[in-house]
Amino acid sequence: MRIATLCGMGFGTSMMLKLFIDDILKAEGIRVEVVPWDLGTFKGQQADIVVAAMDMESHLRSTTARLVLIKNLVDKAEIKTKILDAIQSLSSEGPNRG
Amino acid sequence: MTISSDHISVPLASMIGQGTIRAQVAALSWEDAVDHVGALLVKAGKIQPGYISAMKHVLQEMGPYAVIAPGIVLLHARPEDGVLEPCLGLVTLSTPVPFGHSQNDPVDLVFALGAVDKKAHIVALKQLAEMLENPDVLDKMRAAHNDLELIDVFD
Repeated sequence: MRIATLCGMGFGTSMMLKLFIDDILKAEGIRVEVVPWDLGTFKGQQADIVVAAMDMESHLRSTTARLVLIKNLVDKAEIKTKILDAIQSLSSEGPNRG
Repeated sequence: MTISSDHISVPLASMIGQGTIRAQVAALSWEDAVDHVGALLVKAGKIQPGYISAMKHVLQEMGPYAVIAPGIVLLHARPEDGVLEPCLGLVTLSTPVPFGHSQNDPVDLVFALGAVDKKAHIVALKQLAEMLENPDVLDKMRAAHNDLELIDVFD
């Protein structure tokens, strides 16, 4: 499973999200790849879950990945809840989604 | 505050300084707010004037996603848009202004980030994010009446 964090500029919010998510997953004992992207590199790439700041949705219409939108990027509790929910529901859908 | 890592990184304390913060500014619009924090960073020799328009351009092109939490905007553009030194500016507004975010408006804490490369400032950014998660820190920033009180929040 791969999680991508998204930012407009490729640094800043995508890296910050990646660092937070890495911490959260480590604490839960979950091993999932987390990659930071910017809108330029994101097209044509594969991820199962894409995490971005709320209000970025208009840039993300083309993705088939599960979208996780974060309202408060410095609220670890919100990020944790949403990311664990997304991982949970993807896992229960079964492997090999393609 | 330092976090160990195996690349050269810039801790928050070295990025923010007395010349780059201002408390209780009266801004009339989001552009005005960006101009204020940008002017501080230009005066401190951290960015070129062009970086101010670049930050506005990012907001206009990408949308207001930089309003990363209720009342808080983290302005940024690319290093090549005119960053001279890694920097973080902060202006607190006496009256909040809307930036157009669907949920996190209006804004009264205006941060401006200047990074020189994709990695060096990540530690500072993470430290800042952890500070901003703490409601006491946010209260203190908003309560600071002058620049000295504001910079004290970062110690």
